Amino acid sequence: MSVLVFAEASEGKFKKAALEVVSYGKKIAEQLGTELVALTINASNASELASYGAQKIIKVTQDNQESFDAKCTATTIKEVALKEAADVVIIDSSSNGLYVAPIVAAQLNAGYASNVIDVPSSTQPFTVKRKAFSNKAFNHTEISTAVKVIGLAKNSFGIVENSTTATEEDFTSTATASGVSSTALNKASGQVTIADADVVVSGGRGLKGPENWGLIEDLAEVLGAATACSKPVSDLGWRPHAEHVGQTGKPVASNLYIAIGISGAIQHLAGINASKVKVVINTDPEAPFFKAADYGIVGDAFEVVPQLIEKLKVFKANN
Amino acid sequence: MKILVCISHVPDTTSKINFTENDSAFDSNGVQYVINPYDEFALARAMWFKEKQGASITVITVGNAGTEPSLRKALAIGADDAIRIDAEATDGFFVAKQLAEVAKSNGYDLILTGRESIDYNGAMVPGMLATFLDYNFVNACIGVEIENNTATAIKEIDGGSETLSTSLPLVLAGQKGLVEEKELRIPNMRGIMMARKKPLSVVAAIETEATTKSVRFEKPEEKSACKMVAASDIDGLIDLLHNEAKVI
Repeated sequence: MSVLVFAEASEGKFKKAALEVVSYGKKIAEQLGTELVALTINASNASELASYGAQKIIKVTQDNQESFDAKCTATTIKEVALKEAADVVIIDSSSNGLYVAPIVAAQLNAGYASNVIDVPSSTQPFTVKRKAFSNKAFNHTEISTAVKVIGLAKNSFGIVENSTTATEEDFTSTATASGVSSTALNKASGQVTIADADVVVSGGRGLKGPENWGLIEDLAEVLGAATACSKPVSDLGWRPHAEHVGQTGKPVASNLYIAIGISGAIQHLAGINASKVKVVINTDPEAPFFKAADYGIVGDAFEVVPQLIEKLKVFKANN
Repeated sequence: MKILVCISHVPDTTSKINFTENDSAFDSNGVQYVINPYDEFALARAMWFKEKQGASITVITVGNAGTEPSLRKALAIGADDAIRIDAEATDGFFVAKQLAEVAKSNGYDLILTGRESIDYNGAMVPGMLATFLDYNFVNACIGVEIENNTATAIKEIDGGSETLSTSLPLVLAGQKGLVEEKELRIPNMRGIMMARKKPLSVVAAIETEATTKSVRFEKPEEKSACKMVAASDIDGLIDLLHNEAKVI
């Protein structure tokens, strides 16, 4: 009996999502009256997980797992799940997490619920609440298999410190490289990514042209935010596709989402409405986004945003 | 090259989401169904292979007879034949098992799917399908080229992209980027006429144990009205974000 979380390390370090699954796993382990086991692969600071409730930390340090290989990672998770007799396996919703979780579930013949946003409402039967219909509804799903795989939605549980004494153990996986190998990685370093950002600043057609994106970038910089854009903006080539958020683009589940000059088409809202607080700045008081937002300013971005940047600079300097 | 494109028949994005039977079932009353938007990118890429490199395209879905319009639409776009596995798509595991069974007996080189469906957003089927078939698998795929037996695929990762080298048989979970939005296909009249004559076979589902069960649905609480702040009151907005929302 145990609850197993996969705490993914990126370049040796844990991301927020990894600490979140450990915090979440601790809560489920308490519900089930069992131990929380955390699996790490090539993490440089595995012991850190004890601060979030991990009672046993299993460390895989293998050269052949240096670069991410989904099937290889999934097989490692499966092996540890079997060794630790895990009843519940929890994986985050990072791009790698979403890649490995279904493979793990299929390998374990386990029921899998993804996009889960809360601890089980009942453990007997095992029932979890998950997002559905692009965040327009929730589904209560019962997982009926002996082993249960949970994909925890981003930014849904939060990071909870819970200092524990943990035992650490090394583990060698028999997983070998799959038939899919990485040949090139194209990743900007030092940039806040949309996936990890607490705050996302997003611009739409209301900004009139790519030459005005300095406004978005300056505001993002003050807030330590990632920048994003609406679909028309990426279709027009004003901004790269990677910044397109909304349905068919990247999903956003940040604490704060600031939409500037975005009308709020339903496809856009479907992708960003998992964000906790939404602020919209738009000249058109009839823009549908105002119905979905928490705070709104009817005004010209070119007047409002520069003031917002200046006042936030002062605010940040004092707080 | 034999390509299988897996299609989900889903409520259009603009649909009102309501539930019936004590919130246990989706209310399809008045709902317009479409090919899952992510699957459209997969189908358009399959068409690209067919036209540029030569390929046959089979489209498949798991569902009742009501899903056939989406299969016919895919045939009108240019798929060669369609298969409907006659069963309620109860969960991702079930769907992947059903698809794997058909794929195993027909032997496809490339299986294209959307990254997720816009109804349950489970993102489960592609990875499970690849695992059941023991095929190579690339998730969140935004580009693919195939030369003989070798595939070069680009996948989206948090904060960038990664180029992967792999080989057929292969399962790809695709999204925008696989083709551009403007390269998505809309059936023309000739395609629609031809689609009527193309084969659509219905196969029985295999027995497989349920792994999850939908118990009930719930709608989010009614959102409170947007608090409006005057354009001249930026301090007011900062105060609300700091003291009320506590997000800065």
